[in-house]
Amino acid sequence: MALVEVRGLTKDFARPGPLFGPAPIVRAVDGVSFDIERGETLGLVGESGSGKTTTGRCVLRLIEPTAGEVRYDGTNVMSLSAGELRRLRRHMQIVFQDPYSSLNPRMRAGDIVEEPLIVHRVGDRDSRRARVRELFELVGLDPDLGLRRPADFSGGQRQRIGIARALALNPSFVVADEPVSSLDAPVQAQVVGLFVDLQRKLGLTYLFIAHDLRLVERICTRVAVMYGGRIVEIGDAGAIFRAPRHPYTKALLSAAPVPDPDARRQRIVLDADAFDRTSPLREIAPGHMAAI
Amino acid sequence: MAVGNWELTDQHQTLLSVDRLTTVFDTPHGIVRAVSDVSFHVSAGETLCLVGESGSGKSITALSIIRLLPPGGRVLAGRIVFDGRNVLDLRDREMQAIRGAKIGFVFQEPMTALNPVFTIGNQIEETLTVHGLVRGRDARAQAVDWLRAVGVPEPERRAREYPHQLSGGLRQRALIALALACRPALLIADEPTTALDATVQAQVLELLRDLRQRFGLAMLLVTHDLGVVAEMADRVAVMLGGRIVEEAPVRELFHEPRHPYTRTLLAAASGDVRQMEPGG
Repeated sequence: MALVEVRGLTKDFARPGPLFGPAPIVRAVDGVSFDIERGETLGLVGESGSGKTTTGRCVLRLIEPTAGEVRYDGTNVMSLSAGELRRLRRHMQIVFQDPYSSLNPRMRAGDIVEEPLIVHRVGDRDSRRARVRELFELVGLDPDLGLRRPADFSGGQRQRIGIARALALNPSFVVADEPVSSLDAPVQAQVVGLFVDLQRKLGLTYLFIAHDLRLVERICTRVAVMYGGRIVEIGDAGAIFRAPRHPYTKALLSAAPVPDPDARRQRIVLDADAFDRTSPLREIAPGHMAAI
Repeated sequence: MAVGNWELTDQHQTLLSVDRLTTVFDTPHGIVRAVSDVSFHVSAGETLCLVGESGSGKSITALSIIRLLPPGGRVLAGRIVFDGRNVLDLRDREMQAIRGAKIGFVFQEPMTALNPVFTIGNQIEETLTVHGLVRGRDARAQAVDWLRAVGVPEPERRAREYPHQLSGGLRQRALIALALACRPALLIADEPTTALDATVQAQVLELLRDLRQRFGLAMLLVTHDLGVVAEMADRVAVMLGGRIVEEAPVRELFHEPRHPYTRTLLAAASGDVRQMEPGG
């Protein structure tokens, strides 16, 4: 059984509309289904507005989906009461995109990492402090920096604090929502290396949301490509990158700038009228599905 | 010598030369050097990429050239010669005549660079009119043409919209249209495509390459993305801690990086992160 099973996930948002009458509805996520196996990394790629972040948040029920089902280790996440959901959250955590706005600037780094342990009533003060030091070391930070505040850390270090906080409760599943896109390239590589390293050490399962395809290619086992709120292609990372089938995936892959001045570039321009946006996913090779 | 406005392009003439530029900031804790002793040049029709991390001084170098440094910043030493004249000696009025008309610029945050209370069309028209290139109905027509050229769909309608009504990608394209409308000789672009989605980024880079090809537009492109560098640059200057640590033609830089920092950048861009140790 897959660790995470998502079926028909749908999220509507109401857009500010006219003063009277119904507000127009925007369907941000439209019937998304996927599985994530234990210990694997599913990459969720797509452009801004494709619904990838909303999908990640709905999976954790950080926002309530309009319809659909999410199962975590067999448990139907959607049917849980608030208390049951809070207990399940120990196992499902999130690392946010922006390490500048996602950490409380008035709290000390150590307290930020300790907070989830307090909320979930884990251990006593001393054991929590020890756990915080252990977490700092795990993410490659000097434990003595725990007394400093977020402003004293660089972007990469802040993201490490965010990761330590997400790992405090020993989760099995982590949604990483564009966790490195606000960092400089060399720092990006280090933080991505940390994600890979932590997965190996702790057996984590990731839903890795990104728009940078080069990054996704490096760390993901499987990839799901989103366009207009739907998954248009999903399969093994190798298959998607070598032989993309959906016109949007082809355009997206050909658009990524290649860091090699001698690379031959053949850009495929997306013709949005060239494909049927309502066509369902169908299996085109074992484990490889495309909406064509 | 007439440069800009795309009438005359001599492909080999040096358009911009920056000579031992040092830019500092006055802070309560004393003077902080943001740019130290930086020299480079850009010839007509050429693209120089300025590469480095945030805080390396690349943006401040770009802002020094157009004399739009943030408060507290000033050029302490050096020369910046554009079109045969040291821009540091120019009066504000003379500088204004160059800015926008001869040197176009695009910054990273399209929301702050556009005026929120004027329509996109108005702002492009204003630039064209202020610099005396066209006026009236022709200005409106050219504004719409530029929006179309940078890939804004329904340009007639978009020209009548305000910045907040556009998505980030459309705003950035509007800003590029604004920067190019006066047909400058040099475009200074600071991370012009960083905020854009991959397919839109590809279109904008394509457009810039096309303009370079057709009109000999010279570019100083500030970026941290070596993919963009590989696609756009003729030459590359790598900045670290306010200094240029390496400068080379693009192929040479990618194939034979000399400075350790350049090698780190290249490894980060193309290396296998599975092999990289977490640290730092």
